[in-house]
Amino acid sequence: MEYYVIIKLIWAVILCVLFIGLGLMVGMDMGVGILLRFVGKNDIERRTTLNIIGPHWEGNQVWFILGAGAIFAAFPTLYATAFSVFYVVMILMLFSMILRPVAFEYRSKIDQGFWRTSWDWIFLISGFFPMFVCGAAFGNILQGVGYHFIWNGQYFQDESFWSYLINPFAILCGLLSVSLSIFQGGMMLMIRSEDPIYSRAKKYATMAAIVATCLFIVGGIWIFQIKGFVLASGDPAMSPNPLFGQHVITYKGAWLHNYYDYPILWSLPIWGILCMLGAVLMAQSNKPACGWWIGLGIWIGVIGTVGAAMFPFFMPSTTAPDQSLTIWNSCGSLYGLICMAILVCIFVPIILSYTSWCFYVMRGKVKTASIIKDHHSY
Amino acid sequence: MDVIHLLVVELSRFQFALTALYHFMFVPLTLGLTFILAAMETAYVITGKEIYKDMTQFWGKLFGINFAIGVATGLTMEFEFGTNWSMYSRFFGDIFGTPLAIEGLMAFFMESTFIGLMFFGWDRLSRGAHLAVTYIVALGSNISALWILVANACMNMPAGAHFDPETMRLTSTSFVALVFNPDAQAKAVHTSVAGFVTASMFVMGISAFYLLRKQHREFAARSFRMAALFGIISTIAVITLGDVLGRLDYEHQPTKVAAMEGLWETSKPPYEPWILFGIPNDKKQTNYLEVGVPFVLTPLLTHDFKTPILGIKELQIQAGPKIESGIQAVSALKRYSENHQQTDLDIFKTHQKDMGYGFLASQYAPDQDVTKIKSEHIPTIVKKTKSDIYPNVFVTFWAFRIMVFLAIYFFIVFAMASYVSLRREIEKHRIFLKIISWSIPLPFIASEFGWITAEVGRQPWTIFEILPTVISSSTHSSGYMIFSLIGFLLLYSIFIAAELFLMFKFARLGPQIHQEQTSSLQTIFTYQKG
Ligand code: HDD
Ligand code: HEM
Ligand code: HEM
Repeated sequence: MEYYVIIKLIWAVILCVLFIGLGLMVGMDMGVGILLRFVGKNDIERRTTLNIIGPHWEGNQVWFILGAGAIFAAFPTLYATAFSVFYVVMILMLFSMILRPVAFEYRSKIDQGFWRTSWDWIFLISGFFPMFVCGAAFGNILQGVGYHFIWNGQYFQDESFWSYLINPFAILCGLLSVSLSIFQGGMMLMIRSEDPIYSRAKKYATMAAIVATCLFIVGGIWIFQIKGFVLASGDPAMSPNPLFGQHVITYKGAWLHNYYDYPILWSLPIWGILCMLGAVLMAQSNKPACGWWIGLGIWIGVIGTVGAAMFPFFMPSTTAPDQSLTIWNSCGSLYGLICMAILVCIFVPIILSYTSWCFYVMRGKVKTASIIKDHHSY
Repeated sequence: MDVIHLLVVELSRFQFALTALYHFMFVPLTLGLTFILAAMETAYVITGKEIYKDMTQFWGKLFGINFAIGVATGLTMEFEFGTNWSMYSRFFGDIFGTPLAIEGLMAFFMESTFIGLMFFGWDRLSRGAHLAVTYIVALGSNISALWILVANACMNMPAGAHFDPETMRLTSTSFVALVFNPDAQAKAVHTSVAGFVTASMFVMGISAFYLLRKQHREFAARSFRMAALFGIISTIAVITLGDVLGRLDYEHQPTKVAAMEGLWETSKPPYEPWILFGIPNDKKQTNYLEVGVPFVLTPLLTHDFKTPILGIKELQIQAGPKIESGIQAVSALKRYSENHQQTDLDIFKTHQKDMGYGFLASQYAPDQDVTKIKSEHIPTIVKKTKSDIYPNVFVTFWAFRIMVFLAIYFFIVFAMASYVSLRREIEKHRIFLKIISWSIPLPFIASEFGWITAEVGRQPWTIFEILPTVISSSTHSSGYMIFSLIGFLLLYSIFIAAELFLMFKFARLGPQIHQEQTSSLQTIFTYQKG
């Protein structure tokens, strides 16, 4: 049974890694999408902007798909419950998300003002909304979600979707993730563009990093006021069925109890803040490549901070706290988790290496002149 | 009251069918066209003739237009299991999630990362490296089909799994059994080659259009010939593998086969006809206006002349005891989950193999709770449940026939096209060219009806004989469903309009043959100097 606990923990870590990959890579593309109308003042500038991530957005998007797939495989109960509890929000996110591939491929295929402007707006929406919803989902989860299970494992929802949409803390978290993505997109644009796109991207990236720092700090203070959850009893090796085996208590500020128990964890939020400040610095001192990697540091800090606060919870329930989904009770079987972990260990390094190679091949500034010439470009 | 509303189940089914069928309008072309692109580029690398590069780039452009919507609609699919089929996902996730995640790890990443290089890397990669990239994309898309079909096959023929009453779900026991499920192997090949058929018809049809208009003649004739040869081989493969699939269904899913063949009564070998035409009536359980070819059905399915094939009426009779036993199983399971008594577990174990039928019956129980069924009501509930154990025969029967008739049509068309184009007489046969260019949509239709056969034929189960569709769905309100349905209908209509518009536009525009291309480059160059 010991192995079971270890593999559950390994999967919690893998999930964090996937989320970091998602935030970094998908966030970057979304950020470019959001900035498109602002850094590109005319059509050719916008096309240049799009072609900067043109060869990469498709591969990056798979982080998003893999994120969902990995939750499905490793934490099936979480996948089944979270996705349907947040139904309306998820579907709205999906609608905005699926417009993006089409926008990339179709925007520049027709040379007509209205057609292109419409797609430019779609880039804005489909960049902003998914990042916002992903962040807001974490905001909601931190406050607990209303659901319970019946004997056969079917969930039932006890809350309407309005409370997930209109909720100040969730909005704050949503804006945090949007500003991080704008920063990351700005860095990518700075790496591969020339003036005037370069200096506009610099301006927005700096602003985004400052906003992100403020939101992160405000959110941290807010957490003290939020009713958190603590797993009072529950065997980490339990067989994964949310109906039995856990006792959960809730009180104000409980999300910080892991930090009180293990003060070393405070290094995570501090690291996050330092990285954000470093990000402002890098953007200002024209070192976008360093800034891009610092973006990775920020995501590690942010996701690490939230993960450390919530451990071992995934999605606490306000109406049936004992049935809250945790790492221990929502995972797959020992056998399934081991098989999947082996595959992840084989494939993620391969993926990282060919993705890097792809970026390497396409390195260098994207020049406006070559966009006009090349009929493969967006 | 914690119950599932049947309207929500119906709407979820409708939405899933809509989005899945929609996804599959774009997938077959991706599966096939990537390999045709790779073949054309190989010809370019070997011969060095620019025309093959033009061919690759032109068909690549049409491929890109198609691919974007394939990706967009695929995203929907990945989410829908969680959003709409929560019970199913929780119950089956330990097994079903695995191939889906591997698909992402192994196939989508590869395909999507390299597709960027395929479109943008022409000037940055050597010829050989670019060719390798194109092959990787083709391989990636077909590997993705393989994994999704492994997932689909384990719904039709569950393997490598057993039910665990502690966790109330299926638990993975053998990864090898999951992957080497014979249904998955056959499905993967059948679907991939169906994609090759689709792409061949697409390339051949558009080339026929140019030949009719006497445009780009050299280009079109070469594309036509390549596609015709590719098409005839693929059609033969699709028919062979279709036969394998039919046989697997005969062995593992008797209700599906009975519905596909419109068999109400158990067949009488060897005379039993294969029905060419008929109108199955589900209410009266009989076929109207039946016309068939005698002596064909038995050898077709069983590969011998004597084994009878069970009809639906007999399958219903056989289901009676299973339903009764299933009700016992599910009742014991519920009691066990509430007070963990060994006796309940023992009762459950003896009836375990019929559990699915108990779940199927639960929709007729008071409050959908089988423990509340009074013993005197069991016969009526069994009777009601019996009418649910088989799929809609009319739909399954005709979906299957449309696919098979189209396969025969494709065989004839590709055979003739290969013959005339190898003799280089193709431009003389204008009516034939017209027929071919009008046939472009047909393989898409065949694929869609193939899926309708497979998925409607699987009903009433999402996991065959284990988990019925009626309890698989999420439990939200029908208002949510209406909201998402309207959204999908709206968005997807816009998508298809934009896609068709661009496809027609770029297909009409035709390839940019090399000379035109250099001259337009020169104008840009001079424009910049000036
Ligand atoms: C161009 C498309 C195409 C063509 C010409 C055919 N098929 Fe097909 N068929 C498909 C495209 C397809 C598909 C869309 O790819 C399906 C859906 C599910 C699957 O695995 O493949 C399918 C499914 C499918 C199934 C159901 C599998 C299941 O129950 O899960 C059977 C029995 C057949 N096919 C049999 C045939 C036969 C006997 C054919 C010819 C004589 C044939 N198919 C031609
Ligand atoms: C891995 C691949 C697939 C899986 C796991 C899958 C799974 C499902 C599920 C869970 C349902 C809901 C049950 C129901 O409505 O009866 C369903 C229904 C359906 N699916 Fe699939 N599906 C897959 C692929 C496809 C594809 C690619 C298509 C079509 C292009 C398709 C067509 C349908 C149709 C038509 C229905 C409705 C059946 C009915 O309502 O009677 N499926 N499938
Ligand atoms: C119902 C279950 C299905 C799910 C969850 C699903 C999921 C997805 C996703 C997420 C994508 C986008 C990948 C990307 O960004 O590169 C995609 C694309 C694709 N899917 Fe599906 N899919 C399903 C059914 C199928 C089936 C049955 C096949 C083939 C037999 C298939 C073949 C493909 C292919 C070849 C692509 C590549 C792009 C394109 O569609 O043009 N999918 N799918």
